[in-house]
Amino acid sequence: MTQTLVVIGNGMVGHRLVEILRDSSWRIVVFGEESRPAYDRVALSSYVDTWSSADLELAPLTGCELRLGEKAVSVDRERRVVVGASGVEVQYDALVLATGSVPFVPPVPGRDLPGCHVYRTIDDLDDIRATVEAADRPGRHSGMVLGGGLLGLEAANALRGMGVSPHVVELAPRLMPIQVDDGGAGLLKRLVEKLDLTVHTGTSASSIERDGTRLIAKLANGVELDLDVVVFSAGIRPRTDLDLGLELGPRGGYLVDAACRTADPRVFAIGECASVEGVAYGLVAPGYAMAEVVADQISGGTKVFPGADMSTKLKLLGVDVASFGDAHATTEGALEVVVNNAVAGTYSKLVVSDDAKTLLGGVLVGDASAYPSLRPMVGKEVPAALLQPGGSVDLEMPADAQVCSCHAVTKQTITDAIQSGVACDVAELKACTKAGTGCGSCVPMLKKLLTDCGVEQSKALCEHFTYSRAELFEIIRATRITTFTAVVEKHGTGRGCDICKPAVASILASLNNGHILGETQVSLQDTNDRFLANLQRNGTYSVVPRIPGGEITPEKLIVIGEVARDYGLYTKITGGQRIDLFGATVDQLPEIWRRLVDAGFESGHAYGKALRTVKSCVGTTWCRYGVQDSVGLAIELELRYRGLRSPHKLKSAVSGCARECAEARGKDFGVIATENGWNLYVGGNGGFTPRHADLLVSDVDTETLIKVIDRFLMFYIRTADRLQRTSAWLEGLDGGLDHLREVVVDDKLGICDDLEAAMAAHVDDYADEWRGVLEDPEKLARFTSFVNAPGTPDPTISFRAERGQRVPVQLGIPEVVR
Amino acid sequence: MTVVCDFEVLRPEQGVAALLPDGSQVAVFLTADGTLHALDNIDPFSGAAVLSRGIVGDRGGVPVVVSPVYKQAFELATGKCLEEPSVSVAVHPVRVRDGVVELT
Repeated sequence: MTQTLVVIGNGMVGHRLVEILRDSSWRIVVFGEESRPAYDRVALSSYVDTWSSADLELAPLTGCELRLGEKAVSVDRERRVVVGASGVEVQYDALVLATGSVPFVPPVPGRDLPGCHVYRTIDDLDDIRATVEAADRPGRHSGMVLGGGLLGLEAANALRGMGVSPHVVELAPRLMPIQVDDGGAGLLKRLVEKLDLTVHTGTSASSIERDGTRLIAKLANGVELDLDVVVFSAGIRPRTDLDLGLELGPRGGYLVDAACRTADPRVFAIGECASVEGVAYGLVAPGYAMAEVVADQISGGTKVFPGADMSTKLKLLGVDVASFGDAHATTEGALEVVVNNAVAGTYSKLVVSDDAKTLLGGVLVGDASAYPSLRPMVGKEVPAALLQPGGSVDLEMPADAQVCSCHAVTKQTITDAIQSGVACDVAELKACTKAGTGCGSCVPMLKKLLTDCGVEQSKALCEHFTYSRAELFEIIRATRITTFTAVVEKHGTGRGCDICKPAVASILASLNNGHILGETQVSLQDTNDRFLANLQRNGTYSVVPRIPGGEITPEKLIVIGEVARDYGLYTKITGGQRIDLFGATVDQLPEIWRRLVDAGFESGHAYGKALRTVKSCVGTTWCRYGVQDSVGLAIELELRYRGLRSPHKLKSAVSGCARECAEARGKDFGVIATENGWNLYVGGNGGFTPRHADLLVSDVDTETLIKVIDRFLMFYIRTADRLQRTSAWLEGLDGGLDHLREVVVDDKLGICDDLEAAMAAHVDDYADEWRGVLEDPEKLARFTSFVNAPGTPDPTISFRAERGQRVPVQLGIPEVVR
Repeated sequence: MTVVCDFEVLRPEQGVAALLPDGSQVAVFLTADGTLHALDNIDPFSGAAVLSRGIVGDRGGVPVVVSPVYKQAFELATGKCLEEPSVSVAVHPVRVRDGVVELT
C-alpha cells in the first residue's frame, strides 16, 4: 500500500526533500504557510533588482500534493495526523518537520513601531519597500540594519537597491564576526563603506522612537540616527512553534539524532528547525544534507548526517568573502599565515596546525578565487610553498574532499562520473552530480577535474585545426586573413570539412568581409547560408522575410500572402513573430525574393547563425500596463543587429513591463521595461536546455542599454565555441555572470571601446544579403536545381494537401539497406 | 552519355546537380586538386535529392561530401558512407571532353 509522507514547510530544504523523493513510491503532501511556491531565500536580496518573485522561484514541484497557504496548526502523533489551518487532516506514515527559522529580534524598545521590519521573506521585502516608498524625505532615504553578520549585510544590500543609505549596527567589535577575523573584517568594513554604508560596530540600538514620519534610533554609544526604515537581521532562531511534545535542543530546534529522527521514530526534522545531536545549523547546505539523510532513511537506508562544513564563500555588496574550516584558529597551537594587502584590497589568512603541515582553515576577503582549491584541503597536508606570502601551488585534492559544498559532492563522485563516461563537460557534470548548481563557486574546479581526468577539454575545432573557435577568431582578426584557403594553409591541415568551413565563414562574416556568397566564401557555407533559406526534409527551402519587432503593415502582409499563394507555399506564423513560407525550390528562391525585396522586405536571416528576431509586446503604445515603448526598442535593436553573424543563432525580445509578455528572459538577450528605464537579461534559452536569462544591468537608459548589448554580443562572438549558445557560453564562462559584468559593464579588460567599434563597423557594413544576390548575375546563377536543365523541377519533390495547404509527400528511403 | 555543363562552370570544392534522361539525378563535384567525382544526388538517409549541395572537404585526408540534411559524410571516390559503412551511394563515371563535363 502507498505510504504517505507529510512535509511541513515549503522552504528550500523541504523543497529539496520532495525533489529527491519525487520518483519514489511515497505519496507526498506538503504544507506551506506562504502562499507562493518555494523560492531561493539565499538570493533574497536580489529580489529588489526586479521585484519579480518568479525570478527567485525554485523548480516547480511535481508528483506531490502542495498545500500552499495552508499552515500546519497541530499534529496528533497518536493518530499520526497533521491538521491544517483550514481544518484539513492528513494522516502520515512519516512526518518531516522543515519549518525553518524565525528572525531574532532583540528586545529593543520601539521594535514594534511601524517602519520596523524583519528580513526573512519576500513579503518582508515588499513591506520594507512600502515603508521606503511612503517616506517623504527629500533625497536619499536612510535606514538602519540591526546586525552586521552575513544576513545583515545582505539586508543592507537590499536597502541600497531601494535607494536607501544603510547604517549597519553590529554588537560585536567587527562585521561578520562568525565567519571573519579582525583583519578581514577591517578590510571588509573599508570596502563596504565605499558603497554608501555606514558601519557602527561594538554597539547596539538602545531605543527606537517615532518622530512624525521618521524614526529616531539611539545607539548605546550615544549616536542618534534619523531614519525612514529599520530592519532587524540579527540572526535567526529555529522555528518550533508547532508543538509536537517533542524534546528541543539546547539552543532550540527539534532535537534529532544523526539520522535526523526525533524521539518519535516516524517524525524527522531537517534544516534550520532541527537540532542535530544538539547543534542547529543556519545554512542551506547542511539542510540539504539533512534532506538527503531523511530521503535515504525513509527509503530504508542507513545514511546519517555527516556533520556540516560551515565554510562559506559569498559576494556581499560586490566584495568576495570566504571563510572555511577553523577560521578563528581555535585549535590548540594553531598558527596563522596572514597576507593583508591594503593597497590591493585583499586579505587572506591561512590557519595551519602547530607543525605547519596541516591546513585547518582560513579567511579570504576581497579576492576569494583561491577558495575552491583551498577549502577541500582542510585537514590535509599543505605544501610549504603555499605558506609563502603570495604563494600558490597546484593542490592535489584527496578523493573524499568535498568539491561542491552546496550539494555535498565529493571529488570521488565527480571523477567517477567523468571516468565512467557519464559526464564529459561541466554542463553534464552539473546535470548528473548537481555539483556547481548551487553557488557555482566550484565550477572552475569542475573544469580542472575534467582536465585532470584526461577529458581533453579539447578546444580543437575539428581535425583540421588544433585551435578553438575563439583562438581562430583572434588569429583571423589579427592577421586580417580573408579566405579559408589561407587560414587552413597557414594555421591548419588538410582541406577543411563541414565543421571548420562554416565556422571560419562565420568568423569572416563577423569581421565584415563582404557578402557571404562571395567567390571565396560560397563553398564554405552550409546549405542554408548557401541558398539564404532553410533546407527542409524534402530538399525544398523555407523563406522568412524580416519583420522587425513583429510589426507589419497590412500592405506588407498582403504581399506575403500573394507571394505564398502564387508559389503555393505552406504558410505558418513562427515563434519569433514573423511568417515562414515553406516549399520553395532552389529555382524559385530568387523569383520569390525579387517580389519580396521590391515590396520593401529584406532577409530575415532565419537560415543563419545570426541575429534572428527581436520579439516585442505592444508596450506603452497600446497596452494599459506598458511602461516603455517596447515595440520601438525592439525594432531599433533588430535593425541594429540584423545580419550579425555569431557562433550560434541569437534571439532577443523586449517586454514593455514586468508582466513579460514578450518572454524576454528566454532569449539570448532580453530587455524588460521598468519605470526608470530598461533591465537587460542575458544568456536565456528555450530549446533542449531551457534557461532563464540573468540580469546584467538594471534601470539603464536606452543609450546605455545599447552600449552594453553591443559589448555583450561582440564579447560573445569573439570568445564562444562553435555552435555554443549564449546560455552555455555563460554557464561555462570562468567567473560567470560577475566576470561578464566586469568585462562588459566595468570594462575591467579595457576592451569595451574595441567591442563597440566592432559593432559600429557591423552596423555600417550591413547590407541585405538577398538584394546582394538579386543584383549579381553570378550569384543568381547558382540558384538552379539542375546545371544541365535550368528551370526543370526536381522530380523527387511532390506535394499533397493538408488543411488547405501544400505539404511535402514523405520521401521513400529505399536506398538504405542496413 | 549525358552532358553536365562546361568545365569552367564548376568551382573547386563545390558540387552541381545534373538530371539524367531517365529522371535520376547525379551530383558532380570538382575537388581542389582538379579531380572530378560523380555520385547519386539522393541522400540515402533522408531521401532528398541534395548531395550536390553538401559541403566538400576531407576526413583524415579522404575527400568527402557531407549531406546537408543529417550530416553523414560520403567518400567522393567510392560513395561509401563513413558513419555507416554498410550504406553507400552509387558512383558514376565522369569525364571532361573538349571542355565539357560528361557522364558516361
